[in-house]
Amino acid sequence: MGVVFDNFDLFGRGLRTTASLAVLSYLVAFVLGTFVAGLRVSPIPPLRWVGTVWTEALRNIPLTVLFFVFFFGFTKIGISYFPFTSSVIVLGCYTSAFVAETVRSGINSVAAGQAEAARALGLTFPQVLGTIVLPQALRTVVAPLGSLFIALTKNTSIAYTVAVVELARVFNDLANQTGEAIPLFAGVAAAYLILTLSSSAAIGVIERKVAIRR
Amino acid sequence: MHKKMLLALLSVTMLIAGCGSDDTSEGGTGATAGGGSSTPSTFAAGTTMDALQKKGKIIIGTKFDQPLFGLKGLSGQPEGFDVEIAKLVATAIFGSNLSGKTEFVETPSAVREQSIIDGKVDLVAATYTINDTRKQKVAFAGPYYIAGQSILVKKDNTAITDLSSLSGKKVCTVLGSTPLKTLQERAPTADLSILFDTYSKCVEALKDGRVEAVSTDNVILLGFLKDSPGQFKLVGETFTQEPYGIGVKKDDTAFRNFVNDVLDKAYRDGTWAKIFEKEVGKPTEIPTPTPPPVNRY
Repeated sequence: MGVVFDNFDLFGRGLRTTASLAVLSYLVAFVLGTFVAGLRVSPIPPLRWVGTVWTEALRNIPLTVLFFVFFFGFTKIGISYFPFTSSVIVLGCYTSAFVAETVRSGINSVAAGQAEAARALGLTFPQVLGTIVLPQALRTVVAPLGSLFIALTKNTSIAYTVAVVELARVFNDLANQTGEAIPLFAGVAAAYLILTLSSSAAIGVIERKVAIRR
Repeated sequence: MHKKMLLALLSVTMLIAGCGSDDTSEGGTGATAGGGSSTPSTFAAGTTMDALQKKGKIIIGTKFDQPLFGLKGLSGQPEGFDVEIAKLVATAIFGSNLSGKTEFVETPSAVREQSIIDGKVDLVAATYTINDTRKQKVAFAGPYYIAGQSILVKKDNTAITDLSSLSGKKVCTVLGSTPLKTLQERAPTADLSILFDTYSKCVEALKDGRVEAVSTDNVILLGFLKDSPGQFKLVGETFTQEPYGIGVKKDDTAFRNFVNDVLDKAYRDGTWAKIFEKEVGKPTEIPTPTPPPVNRY
């Protein structure tokens, strides 16, 4: 394990990058995904279509391909960001498709009477969604949304293919330099566990806090 | 009439190709005298050359995936500089008409020594760097080319001219590779923050202006030069030395000397330069270097 402790600062930097990638991308994914879920249940067909295309395109293309297309392809049409920013955008958009589906299933779980009553009171669609349906819908899907965060944390490792120095990259560099892959594997697994287990715990807390008392 | 012209043409080509009458072996009149039909040299009994000639076939190990050097394309026939060099040896044994007398076998880097030791191939010409570790298992004729790490930049780049001018510049190479280690040692002030897992990504990043240079073995860079004509150029001298040799069985000194003679002759009569020009120089628009002196050890 010496090789892990000798390179603790490198691991620390990788861990920080992975954590900030995960948190920032999840913020993007959550906002975007909730919005797309709203599109998918909206009364206006073209908006529903946009939501469907967004979801299906992003969740059916492998993440590595999305990274490649965005980082190397979009540059050719003038959309060029630094590796880290590119990674946040790609991971955020990719995960937003899954968030959208999760939130949509939450929306479907809210009794139809709730929305009908809100409409009867004269609320507009955005008001119905924002004040009546979503607050109930999101509470029911805290657990799957948490799982998405954990999946996203592990997906950040693909950012190393576009030159972001995160945990997987640190592992790769050190393994190549030292040839001690096994202890490094253990180290990198532990680092991911620190992130994912603590987020599991946080999700548990949130879930209990926002649970609908029935 | 038509046939005669063809024959004449053939003999001229053969003269140019300098089919290896080797200076030391007896009876080496070579195929050069053979106006159309092949009149191969005769060799002392018991030599590999004699055995191959009697067998009527030489098995050549080469790469099938290395552009410009050994690449098996859609034609099904491997093409490239290594392939042509190996054919020189074949011509010296069989004469100019090689049809059906050569067989190419793919020898990726990892299996080259073993293929020679096991006798699966008679010789290997596969971007095969001569080094002491390998010399313990096989013998090398040549070198017939000196490859080495080089720098690829955009054609209009004037800021980067050699290794020392990489200071502070973004240079791309592959994660965990030997070229990366070389860069860290020889150009410690270069910015190596953008690294990828494949060279093609580095070249994309170079096109996009995310990095200013890509550095690895020139043979790999030459392949990219060929694929994107007019976009890139190589700058500076190669700053590592990778002498490419022809691998033969370790104890077969006679065959090794014979291959060395073939190479020597190709250097002197210009065949080597012609082959380089055709296989590497023209597609990549780089000048033909002076062939490296054969190292007889």
